[in-house]
Amino acid sequence: MATFKEFRNNVKPNWCPGCGDFSVQAAIQRAAANVGLTPEKLAVISGIGCSGRISGYINSYGLHGIHGRALPIAQGVKMANKDLTVIASGGDGDGFAIGMGHTIHAMRRNIDLTYIVMDNQIYGLTKGQTSPRSAAGFQTKSTPLGSIEQTLSPMQLAVTTGATFVAQSFSTDLKDLTAIIEAGINHKGFSLINVFSPCVTYNKVNTYDWFKENLTKLADIEGYDPSSREIAMNTLMKHDDLVTGIIYQDKERPSYQELVKGYSETPLSEAELNLDEAAFDQLVKEFM
Amino acid sequence: MAEQLSWKVGGQQGEGIESTGEIFSMALNRLGYYLYGYRHFSSRIKGGHTNNKIRVSTRKVSAVADDLDILVAFDQETIDVNYHELHKDGIIIADTKFNPVKPEDTDAAFYAVPFTDIATELGTSLMKNMVAVGATCAIINLDVSVFQGVVEEIFGRKGETVVQKNMEAIQQGYDYMKENMASGNSALELPPADGNKRMFMIGNDAIALGALAAGVRLMAAYPITPASEIMEYLIKKLPKVGGTVIQTEDEIAAVTMAIGANYGGIRSFTASAGPGLSLMMEAIGLSGMTETPLVIVDTQRGGPSTGLPTKQEQSDLMAMIYGTHGEIPKVVIAPGTAEEGFYDTIEAFNIAEEYQVPVIVLSDLQLSLGKHTVDPLDYSKINIRRGKLVKEGIPEAENKAYFKRYEVTEDGVSPRVIPGVANGIHHVTGVEHDETGKPSESPANRKAQMDKRMRKLDNLHAVFPEPVYKNAKHDDADLLLIGFNSTGGVIEEAMERLEADGLKVNHARVRLVHPFPTDEILPLIESAKNVAVVENNATGQLASIVKMNAGYPQKIKSILKYDGNPFQPHHIVNSSKELI
Repeated sequence: MATFKEFRNNVKPNWCPGCGDFSVQAAIQRAAANVGLTPEKLAVISGIGCSGRISGYINSYGLHGIHGRALPIAQGVKMANKDLTVIASGGDGDGFAIGMGHTIHAMRRNIDLTYIVMDNQIYGLTKGQTSPRSAAGFQTKSTPLGSIEQTLSPMQLAVTTGATFVAQSFSTDLKDLTAIIEAGINHKGFSLINVFSPCVTYNKVNTYDWFKENLTKLADIEGYDPSSREIAMNTLMKHDDLVTGIIYQDKERPSYQELVKGYSETPLSEAELNLDEAAFDQLVKEFM
Repeated sequence: MAEQLSWKVGGQQGEGIESTGEIFSMALNRLGYYLYGYRHFSSRIKGGHTNNKIRVSTRKVSAVADDLDILVAFDQETIDVNYHELHKDGIIIADTKFNPVKPEDTDAAFYAVPFTDIATELGTSLMKNMVAVGATCAIINLDVSVFQGVVEEIFGRKGETVVQKNMEAIQQGYDYMKENMASGNSALELPPADGNKRMFMIGNDAIALGALAAGVRLMAAYPITPASEIMEYLIKKLPKVGGTVIQTEDEIAAVTMAIGANYGGIRSFTASAGPGLSLMMEAIGLSGMTETPLVIVDTQRGGPSTGLPTKQEQSDLMAMIYGTHGEIPKVVIAPGTAEEGFYDTIEAFNIAEEYQVPVIVLSDLQLSLGKHTVDPLDYSKINIRRGKLVKEGIPEAENKAYFKRYEVTEDGVSPRVIPGVANGIHHVTGVEHDETGKPSESPANRKAQMDKRMRKLDNLHAVFPEPVYKNAKHDDADLLLIGFNSTGGVIEEAMERLEADGLKVNHARVRLVHPFPTDEILPLIESAKNVAVVENNATGQLASIVKMNAGYPQKIKSILKYDGNPFQPHHIVNSSKELI
């Protein structure tokens, strides 16, 4: 059994000191070890942005792709090799702005992978512009007079879009975050985990202290039932989305791969590619 | 007797024009005739003029005919738009239902036949198409019994009565025409065919079959004309080999999912047309930069923007060669026939894996949707080559050192290991990277990795099967015609006519469009007195590529057609004579 140290590589992250993403990296490494993975059985597929660099900081297979497209790449990897544990990750710009179309359809499709969004409510790598997660009125270089657009709620969207695992966490809460990532990996289907991961350089509003003050743990809400969509939506609305924990989980719905008719029981990446002659002759005859 | 016959059926889209042509073609194909069909249609579900022009011959034909022998009309527009194609011995047969009017300036014979009335009397006007097929049989003197098998296949699941009714409709159409037709028009009778069984398919079928034979397991695609038939075929077939088709939310998802699946170790691809390819450009760069194999089929149609979505054009060429920012090694293959579509698609997957590059299989609407008789495909020619794919046996590295996935090698190709393989861990990124895949901005590393990637294709010309198809028997040709994709057939036919007029004509069809096979084509250009590049676009894209690589900017002329319709032989014959 691998320990979390085996998921560490010898690359020094280029994140700012104090960035929330360090803890997300540590939580992924711990969760991977806790669920019994070995490094070669994990593939981390990431997008572009500060957080997108995470695939290069974990000792596992990893692909750092193009902006907003981590999810379709990750879905392709999982379809190719169902024995791999696939984690897709990136920032709120990656997943909820440029890649939002993919996020919605990945939730509908329900291919078995875990999507971890490092949500800092700002564009950091491009040095401080507004994000779909920024609050209305939020002042940035691109919104000097304050954002006049509505904040996007990925958690409410996920619950209504058919996601089968919807969770939220806070990067400093390493124990809870690790447990949620483990639950996401163990969930048979698509898991969306939004992690508040503060940008210490460009976001002076949504700081560590701000989150500590405003977040409510679902575990502290008596009788919270993550199997109910209605409770999930009501709770999110009541708390202005500022909750942590597993918000919604549908354990009944089969994953995409389980529903694909004829889908190989063994990883496709191990398949022999040659079509036998009898099968080929039959295909040809169908055109005669 | 005619050596070949050109038959066209036309009417409003959605009233069975396509199936009329389909049934007629299938039966004749089974008799051993060579068929070539081209559909004129619009981007709408119902309404608008549509026609299906089918050429029947005892030898292989690969072009839309200049003229027309028989025109079957289900509305007046079909007559008005198409009658000028009929030669003087041609025949119009039109449904009495719309009170057809014969154009004044035609020598063609004209018959109003109660297609709809006969069908309605038999039970349903839907069978008017069958009556028309029967009437056609009377003209070309074909025994209607040849339709029995085809009708059984198409209508069998609807029950024996439906089959009988449809056969009866064909018989009554035949009888009506025999009784009413002026006798002695043997010019339209076909000589018997050889009876050999051959495939009858559209180019997209051949490409899809090629993908299946190449071992594809996942196709990710978004529907678009004229590419959708590829995914429609594979959604039926891939489950039989454990794979599937995923209809994605857009073309960006399609191409990146295919990249992810190739990275994951399987053969995966996507197919689209110009608008989709435009969306895929950034991802093509990712495939080039990360050296992840990728195959994309581009079925060209009329551009730009939405352009002419159901019409023939070859205007994606430059975009396919140069599209994506920055510089990557890329391969663009342009099959010219359905047979080539099959073999080249297999080869595309081999090249993608051997060279670890994106490969574009370029088709065009005429090739992708034109339905034609295809010579037998040779199973023994299918081979699968996966290049430097490493699936096991990697020794453990010290201190978690990453596997050198981007090792600088002499041929530029590095060992490729897929996720799941022990001791093969490395990083993959679209950021410039070192030999282990870790990001690097070092100038020396940048140059080493750039050079490594760009030299990968240096030997491709030497190993690619027939980079240029040549029909070039003259050392001192009066004219060299150069083309690509579906124009090959019509150029060959124009050549025959030009040769009959005493000209010496060579033909070179570029099959490997990029990297351009200069050495193959240069001697033909140098030895010809005149050179013309034939292509369906307005700016002479292939001509520019030829000039850029082979020189001779003054000598190389263009024959262009960009009105949405394919070339017919006379276009090229006339333009060639003007150029010389």
